Amino acid sequence: MADKGKLLIVDDELVVRDSLGKWFIEDGFEIGLAESASEALTKLAEGDWEVALVDIKMPGIDGIELQRRLQQIDPDLKVIIMTGYASVDTAVQALKNGAYDYVTKPFDPDEISHVVHNALTQRRTSQEVSRLREAVSASVQPREFIGQSAAVRKVIENIDVVGPTDTTVLITGESGTGKELVARLIHAASRRRYHPMVVIHCGALNDTLLESELFGHERGAFTGAQHRRKGKFEIAEGGTVFLDEIGDISLKTQTDLLRVLQEHEISRVGGNLPIKVDFRCVAATHKDLEAMIETGQFRLDLYYRLNVFHIKVPPLRERREDIPLLADHFVRKFSLAMNKRIQRVTPAAMAILQQQEWRGNVRELENAVERAMVVAREPELVEEDFPLRPPRPSSEPRTVEEVERAHILRVLEECGANQTRAAEVLDIDRVTLHNKLKKYGWTKKTSES
Amino acid sequence: MRLIRVLAVGPLDRGLLEALGDGVFRELGAGWEVSPSSLDPGFALDPIRQQYHSTEILARLHALPDEAAWRLLGVTGLDLFIPILTFVFGEAQLSNRCALVSTARLRQEFYGLPPDPERLRERLLKETIHELGHTLGLTHCSDYDCVMAASHGVEWIDLKGSSFCPGCRERVLEVNAGPTTAPAAPLLRG
Repeated sequence: MADKGKLLIVDDELVVRDSLGKWFIEDGFEIGLAESASEALTKLAEGDWEVALVDIKMPGIDGIELQRRLQQIDPDLKVIIMTGYASVDTAVQALKNGAYDYVTKPFDPDEISHVVHNALTQRRTSQEVSRLREAVSASVQPREFIGQSAAVRKVIENIDVVGPTDTTVLITGESGTGKELVARLIHAASRRRYHPMVVIHCGALNDTLLESELFGHERGAFTGAQHRRKGKFEIAEGGTVFLDEIGDISLKTQTDLLRVLQEHEISRVGGNLPIKVDFRCVAATHKDLEAMIETGQFRLDLYYRLNVFHIKVPPLRERREDIPLLADHFVRKFSLAMNKRIQRVTPAAMAILQQQEWRGNVRELENAVERAMVVAREPELVEEDFPLRPPRPSSEPRTVEEVERAHILRVLEECGANQTRAAEVLDIDRVTLHNKLKKYGWTKKTSES
Repeated sequence: MRLIRVLAVGPLDRGLLEALGDGVFRELGAGWEVSPSSLDPGFALDPIRQQYHSTEILARLHALPDEAAWRLLGVTGLDLFIPILTFVFGEAQLSNRCALVSTARLRQEFYGLPPDPERLRERLLKETIHELGHTLGLTHCSDYDCVMAASHGVEWIDLKGSSFCPGCRERVLEVNAGPTTAPAAPLLRG
């Protein structure tokens, strides 16, 4: 019945080893006996033991030193020190060195049984906690930030650098670029990952509601406040507070928020008691906070408090090479969700996706793929599934003046910058051509460079 | 029929031993015979502790030639110990022939209480079946009501029942279906 525990008994006295071993065999333990420290170390090197009963006085390496060496090999091993007589000094030293407990010979049967069983329970519980943490971590791990472009690699690099720290992070980027995903990845990379990440959408709430949402309220603080309620900062205890759209909060709330970030202390609405809160702050905005500071809409001191580490999430149009990866990812995601057997986006459809402007960024792309998946026939998404038009390349001229400029410059280039020949081809006189070139800022030097 | 031979170790009320036969038969299906002779445990006395070393007594029991007995049980009124523990209620050879139980700490008088013969008989029956269970290879059971539950204090003996739980009973039936001679004692690793 090895699942009852594996117990290593280390004592230089045969009678102690035998009687203890026999005693715990009746309890179903798998027993290992060692008459010296070196034999104990060998046994631990050969296999796992969960609890070790170690005599404090042995020839050669004593029990205290052996305990240190055993736990160097297996830090989870629970070592119980056996002493021949009650000695506070040695017991204290053993416990300081990390021993689980100490017992004085001869043992009361009930006491030794409890100590060994409790040590075993503690070891198994802590191992179970570790296993569960891993499992939870794996299950709550946010999806990865998809992309291989240099811009995405930079974002990921920044997350790796700042994630494990407790530094406040400001994430900027257009709507739909994945700012919240970046915040979740930062949280997941931090020591706070087993605590909550609380998201506050600042833009969605008016001033009064936001204050109550952030700081909580006491009973009777305002009409309808029938119960005391914890605010988001309290709920996030030990974890991360993600303040989304921080650029949307009023100057009054900015002042309150600044105090919380400085003091890590809040007062509930309608309450006077300061409450200590432990959280890490990550904020995000699509607005230009520096411009808002210039116009007095955003507090400079709050900006500095938030902008300790800055991550800029690039818009999709600046990382078009990631569009195929993202599109394929969304195809897989929605194939599962919709139970459809769609494998891919055709190259022609993908070319159209890559040419789009994607003002709504990744969110818009995701919606486009989802919509296409609804109407698509298996096994692939074709051009017709996307209600998009191939857009003109952004560099292509659109106004009459732009078209004229581009045409004149192209003809001039074809004529080897010879203005007389170009004027003939364009069917305008040379002076007119000269004036137009001057207007468009063309010089011979420009054309040569 | 398998026979459990019972040997008094030191002075003991034989009536108490005779009274255990039915209960043991109910659980183990073995006959019960109280030996007319007894074993003097003087050799096992520790003069400092004023207790008797149970392992030494067990070894002496094991050396007694008694091929007719399936199991040999020593019962004593003396206080038993093994060197590392302050006392034991009894001791057994795991998966072997001999077991030993003591009535010393099963008596209410040991705890300063008035004698209670019926409670003593119940406790002795449970400890007897428990130690004989070890000789059948059973280890301590996590079912608190099972007679094989660990009981390091007399209150735990009172709490548990005098019968095997279904799991332990199955094991007893397996052993009873096997040879009448007990297997060799397991060697401790080390």
